[in-house]
Amino acid sequence: MQNLSVLTAQWVAPTVDYHGLAPELVVAGGLCLVLILDLFIDDRKKWLLSVISSFTLLAAMIPVLTLALSDVQVRSMFDGRYVVDNFSLVMKGVFLLSGYVVVLLSSSHVEEGEYWRGEYWFLLLSSLLGMLMMTSSRDLVSIFVALEFLSIPAYMLAAWRKRDTKSNEAGVKYFMLGVFASAVMLYGMSLLYGVTNSTLLVDIASQVTGTGEFSAVHALAVVFVVVGFAFKVSAVPFHTWAPDTYEGAPAPVTAFLSVASKAAGFVALVVLIYTAFPLAHDIWQPFFWVLSALTMTVGNILALKQHNIVRMIAYSSISQGGFVLMPLAVAGMSGSANSALRSVVLYMIIYAATNLGVFAVILAVSRKTRSGEISSFGGLFSYAPALGVLMTLFMASLAGIPPLGGWIAKFVAFQSLLSSQSSWAYALALIGAVNSVIAFGYYGNVMREIWMRPVPDGDITQIKIPGSLSLALGITSVATLVFGIFPAIGLHFADLAEIAGALSR
Amino acid sequence: MNMLQENNWLLSVGTFLPMVGVVLMMLMPKAKDQSVKLVALVTSIATLAVGIYTAFKFDFDQAEKMQFVANEKWISVIKSSYLIGIDGISLPLYLLSMVITLLVVIYSLDHVPSPGKPKAFFSLLLVLQTGMAGTFIAQDLILFFVFFELVLLPMFFMIGVWGGEQRQYASIKFFLYTMFGSALMLVAFLALFFKTGAESFSIPYLIENGGSIGKNLQVWIFAGMFVGFAVKVPMFPFHTWLPDAHTQAPTQGSVILAAVLLKLGTYGFVRIALPILPSAARQWAPYIGGLAVIGIIYGALGCLAQTDMKRLIAFSSVAHMGFVMLGISTLTSFGINAAMFGMVAHGLITGMLFFVAGSVKERYHTLEISKLGGMLTQMPHLGWIFGFCTMASLGLPGLAGFWGEFPAILSAYNPGAGLNETVFRVFMVIAALGTVLAAAYLLWLYQRIAFGTPKNSEHDSHSTHDELHDVTTYEWLAWTPLLVGILVLGIVPNLLFSVFDPAVQVTLSAFGG
Repeated sequence: MQNLSVLTAQWVAPTVDYHGLAPELVVAGGLCLVLILDLFIDDRKKWLLSVISSFTLLAAMIPVLTLALSDVQVRSMFDGRYVVDNFSLVMKGVFLLSGYVVVLLSSSHVEEGEYWRGEYWFLLLSSLLGMLMMTSSRDLVSIFVALEFLSIPAYMLAAWRKRDTKSNEAGVKYFMLGVFASAVMLYGMSLLYGVTNSTLLVDIASQVTGTGEFSAVHALAVVFVVVGFAFKVSAVPFHTWAPDTYEGAPAPVTAFLSVASKAAGFVALVVLIYTAFPLAHDIWQPFFWVLSALTMTVGNILALKQHNIVRMIAYSSISQGGFVLMPLAVAGMSGSANSALRSVVLYMIIYAATNLGVFAVILAVSRKTRSGEISSFGGLFSYAPALGVLMTLFMASLAGIPPLGGWIAKFVAFQSLLSSQSSWAYALALIGAVNSVIAFGYYGNVMREIWMRPVPDGDITQIKIPGSLSLALGITSVATLVFGIFPAIGLHFADLAEIAGALSR
Repeated sequence: MNMLQENNWLLSVGTFLPMVGVVLMMLMPKAKDQSVKLVALVTSIATLAVGIYTAFKFDFDQAEKMQFVANEKWISVIKSSYLIGIDGISLPLYLLSMVITLLVVIYSLDHVPSPGKPKAFFSLLLVLQTGMAGTFIAQDLILFFVFFELVLLPMFFMIGVWGGEQRQYASIKFFLYTMFGSALMLVAFLALFFKTGAESFSIPYLIENGGSIGKNLQVWIFAGMFVGFAVKVPMFPFHTWLPDAHTQAPTQGSVILAAVLLKLGTYGFVRIALPILPSAARQWAPYIGGLAVIGIIYGALGCLAQTDMKRLIAFSSVAHMGFVMLGISTLTSFGINAAMFGMVAHGLITGMLFFVAGSVKERYHTLEISKLGGMLTQMPHLGWIFGFCTMASLGLPGLAGFWGEFPAILSAYNPGAGLNETVFRVFMVIAALGTVLAAAYLLWLYQRIAFGTPKNSEHDSHSTHDELHDVTTYEWLAWTPLLVGILVLGIVPNLLFSVFDPAVQVTLSAFGG
């Protein structure tokens, strides 16, 4: 009882920096608005909800920009458990903009399907809110809350097509494995709390060090936490949920999962290894080396065999994740830490632009073909040249062919990896180099369908692309090209993204 | 290295002008085929005009120096810049790419291969032009890499969409081979960057500092670059994509592939691999020379075994590029000059041969040598042009081919300092045998196709003889410059040698003279 009284005596309300929280507050406001409006407006006016959602996301960009321009570099709240630094601002920008594109992708899809429209937008915004929180979380508890906040709506979104067994399978599989991953991670977190007596990442950093009391428990804790997020970013061998979930979920949701949700996983990983375990790099570096090599190779090889375009993109996105992980295999070495972080951020920015573009084309084409087979792209160039060229650009970007965005992302990843100049790094670089060639096998296959194969059934009716989808195509293709031809732009943002409180090495 | 910076806008304009044409075409969604062709023609004429103006402004007394150098910020975070320039080595190749593109465009005005789609076809041609020209002006490794890769996709589509029966297989094979090479090359470039202190990707800077890298490591870095460039050349044993790609590609694709794209590889050796890593080059030279002569003999034997005219010409490319690589591997100014000359000569001659093959295919609907014959009686002009090109290709003195082949063989007699003379003299003898074989397969080819009496194959039994028209106006327009070039360079080889030589000397200064 005495303890409790001490606590109550010391309690002071934390000062909340409302400017720092503004992006989250705007999104929170927007999602409440969507939820309430959904109850009162007529069915025919439900399209308003998608407009509100998109404006909410754009409005949330405003505080992100004002925060970026303000003089205060780092805003720390709640004893450093919630931090708004440049890293989090850049990533918030990425999440909001890719969320905006996902809304554009979804609007016609959701309008035309027999879906629960209001709830769709509500869940999408909730998940995005979780991602925004994830970028700023610097405490095990807030990271976990953010993770669940972003995951649970995503589970429901995956199972959105209520009467479609595939969609149900997608949702259930995603949910089961996601919960399993959370459990593993929580176990790791509890171990961390046990040995360090704190949940604040910077406190943990000072305890989990390479010297002194470094023990098996530390190692286990670090590995468990990393494994938890390896599920989230679908790194091999924790990837098994991804293809089924991606295939079964509605296409815009898949776009969202493969871009935003994956990026959120990487955000958490990066924050953890840079602020909580920077000195435990002896544990996670080899772990990431293996994960990266396995992820890119297995993802690639399985992608080669796919006939369904979304499944292929699922495996391709697994393999791309391997390239994101690549520089983390040396991120603990002096001199490589900054470039590894830059590489991860840049990769996520460019990958988001390109992959959302891919889904925009898939959605547009499937409006006509009603098929998910890669062969349904046959002869696309002959009857829809614009879509054919765009898909070619996106595929080339994913394959890392200059001068499209993907090449600079891959290049910077290789550069960061090799900056460590260790022979392990060179070995991984060679694996990566070979993999980027294998990857062309399936990206090239799609190009081949588009340009060199006949149209299936000879059906060359024109594809009507709704305005929102055209806008999404425009944004993503321009971004893909600009990032590739003027790489300095993407690199500028990636370079800004410094994590406050990361141990400088 | 001294650099001249006057008129530094010229190269950028010359390189990116074709892209303006591409954008124009894209902006004309409902354009008629005629206007698309007009845009392509005007763009490529304008590009060549800029190229010729560049040649006029080029200071030939200082051909060893980089001229029209522009150095702009590009990706400062990774220390790569937009550094471009041109010297005696790159100028002829830069112009060659522009000439060939224009001639191909002229040829295509009348010959858009099936399945048509002229807009896409001409756009890809122009994108290719930008990539090729850019590779020859880039003085920064990353910029070089971007341009080097930029040519891949257009060529992939050119083969895959407008090619022959096996086009899809050939295009994927072409792409995977080259991409594999460039992936390893990129790793080598990065290793080079870090081992020279992670300061810059600029080629002049790396030439100054590359020599300080330890010898063992140099050998490894060179290996990465070697694979990248050797696939492109292509050298034995990385050549297997070439016959497929050439046979399946449309005429225009084959011409560009033979005339310019193969040179990107040999140019890479001369511009990047040799001067930056001299001691590794010395270590590698005997192996390169060995693979080169294997390529010469293998290519020649391959030619003798072919039954398809286009495939035969493709294999002859493997042999000819073998001579070029032999010249380079001697690491002497004599050898490299010969190699540079061989690159241009091969571009003109083999490009021309592929044009002829395309026209033969168009008229006879087959390239099977056994079904052809009597061309001289049916189409005397085409027959004589074909004869002229085979003579040039087998290295007849007085035509351009001779000046690439003969000095390359001769240079192997006296390889550069530190190379084993005996080994290279053996190479010389083998290469000389190769020329005999070249004469054999080319004369045999000519005999079978041009002499004798015409055969009426079942393929065109239904077609009348009117279809076998002789050389058309468009063909004359596209071919004359090449034929004149072959003759002029054969008679006055010094036109080119005097441009190459100063720059080659500078390249070789890394080897201590």
